[in-house]
Amino acid sequence: MTIYLPIAELSVNIFIILGMGAAVGFLSGMFGVGGGFLITPLLIFYNIPPVVAVATGANQVVASSISGAITHFRRGTLDVKLGTVLLVGGLSGATVGIWIFSLLRRVGQLDLIISLMYVIFLGTVGGLMLLESINAMRRAARNEPPAPRKPGHQHWVHKLPLKVRFKKSKIYLSVIPIVALGFAIGILTSIMGVGGGFIMVPAMIYLLRIPTNVVVGTSLFQIIFVTAYTTIVQAATNFSVDIVLAFILMVAGVIGAQYGVRVGQKLRGEQLRALLGLLVLAVGLRLAIALVVTPADVYSVVMGAGN
Amino acid sequence: MRLLAAVIAFLCLLPVAAGAQWLPGQATETVREGLEIGTSTSEIAITSDFRGADLTIFGALSNTDQLLLAIGQYDVVVVLEGPREDATVRKKERVFGIWVNRRSMTFEAVPHSYSMSSSRGIEDLTTPLDLTDRGIGIDHIPLTPVGFVGDGSNLSEFRQAFLRLQQAGALYDRNTSGVRFVSSNLFKASLRLPANIPNGVHTVRAYLFKSGNFVTEKSLPLRVIKTGIEQTITDAAHGQPILYGCAAVALAVITGWGASLIFRKD
Repeated sequence: MTIYLPIAELSVNIFIILGMGAAVGFLSGMFGVGGGFLITPLLIFYNIPPVVAVATGANQVVASSISGAITHFRRGTLDVKLGTVLLVGGLSGATVGIWIFSLLRRVGQLDLIISLMYVIFLGTVGGLMLLESINAMRRAARNEPPAPRKPGHQHWVHKLPLKVRFKKSKIYLSVIPIVALGFAIGILTSIMGVGGGFIMVPAMIYLLRIPTNVVVGTSLFQIIFVTAYTTIVQAATNFSVDIVLAFILMVAGVIGAQYGVRVGQKLRGEQLRALLGLLVLAVGLRLAIALVVTPADVYSVVMGAGN
Repeated sequence: MRLLAAVIAFLCLLPVAAGAQWLPGQATETVREGLEIGTSTSEIAITSDFRGADLTIFGALSNTDQLLLAIGQYDVVVVLEGPREDATVRKKERVFGIWVNRRSMTFEAVPHSYSMSSSRGIEDLTTPLDLTDRGIGIDHIPLTPVGFVGDGSNLSEFRQAFLRLQQAGALYDRNTSGVRFVSSNLFKASLRLPANIPNGVHTVRAYLFKSGNFVTEKSLPLRVIKTGIEQTITDAAHGQPILYGCAAVALAVITGWGASLIFRKD
């Protein structure tokens, strides 16, 4: 059964889109990630124009992050104050990102930059994740305790001015690195169509030393608003949010996520991270190959003055 | 009855006969052939399950030379030309092993779609120069680059790539046997509308040739409007983009929240 996507301007098989949404939803539930970094490349592989894939991916992430954020809010593992500071950076980053996005689209380099950013980020994060989890598995096999964090170690981040107390997270931290992190993730959201959780969560834990229990909930909180903002701005500037495509992905995604969560609970943390690392690397590799292999046609045509 | 027909035929031929010379293929100033065309509708509504269609255009010739008509010296070309837009052609090149869009050229106001139908191959109708002058035929669409193009050495390369891609995407199409004479003066042309036909005001153009010379042309506007829920969405996305974006977010919020309510464990 085919369905016409009004903004992408092409007909697609609805079952393939449903399957994609369900599979990504399953994985995002299993690994506790938003899934934007999987949805956007998958849509591009399925010949959805990258402009539409990115904007629609951001819209999809809004839906997949909300139920997670609600759960964390109920459990009290969401620091609204910290999330709001992140959000200040995130919204300004997204604004700059959209501007860069439109500029790249105008000069015809958007597709390339999207692919390159995916290759770089997925390659780095996937590689690190895989290494870290393999080390953890080795230690577990040798019955060694995990390496203890050095107490009292003064990190450069803690020497910055403008310190604020975040009661829920039980930390006293400068707002500068928080806003900067939000800003960087905001740019990624608008250019790559991701929530950015796969970068934000490690950055919050290892760079800002924020307690692990509030990290996921707080990052989800900021992701909802940044992706919602990105969706609206993408719709207003690039007219590239495909509501039909987004809706199919969302419905399949939230259902798939429920089953993913159940499977995820049965696996051990380091196994889960190793699998996620492999998956992230595989997507990055697939995009890298597409950049290197000789294209079927070296020419392309874009109609309309706006492009 | 036969007498009446003969009289009418005689009356029709009278102005021709009254010309200075009776020579086939030479029209006198007083009797130029006329061309009229008509479509069954001035507006085409395209539904969401549209997979392309054929458009039939009827036309009539008047003041024709019966002798030339009988030996097939009249030729008709019918074109459906889409709305004009700027088109940018980009070419990828390998840079450090990666394929990158390196060079581009923008052509000014080219038809978004171009479907042509003729009574025979247009190269046989008249000289290539005449076709280029009038912009008839896919290979003769004027492609004027915008801005500075250097020495212009790659102009033809980009033009050819553009025409090839447009034909591969079914937006540019030609049919050299699509025009048929149904009676001596009446013709019928079928044009292919591709599935991805652009919205907007299209132009139907008909050209009449006699013995390899251009005689006259006629044009008609044809509006192509997409309908259905998909079109409503497209209109909303372009007409009310902020509202549309908010709707997309609201839909996501409802879906996400709804799922957390439905699948709540406690």
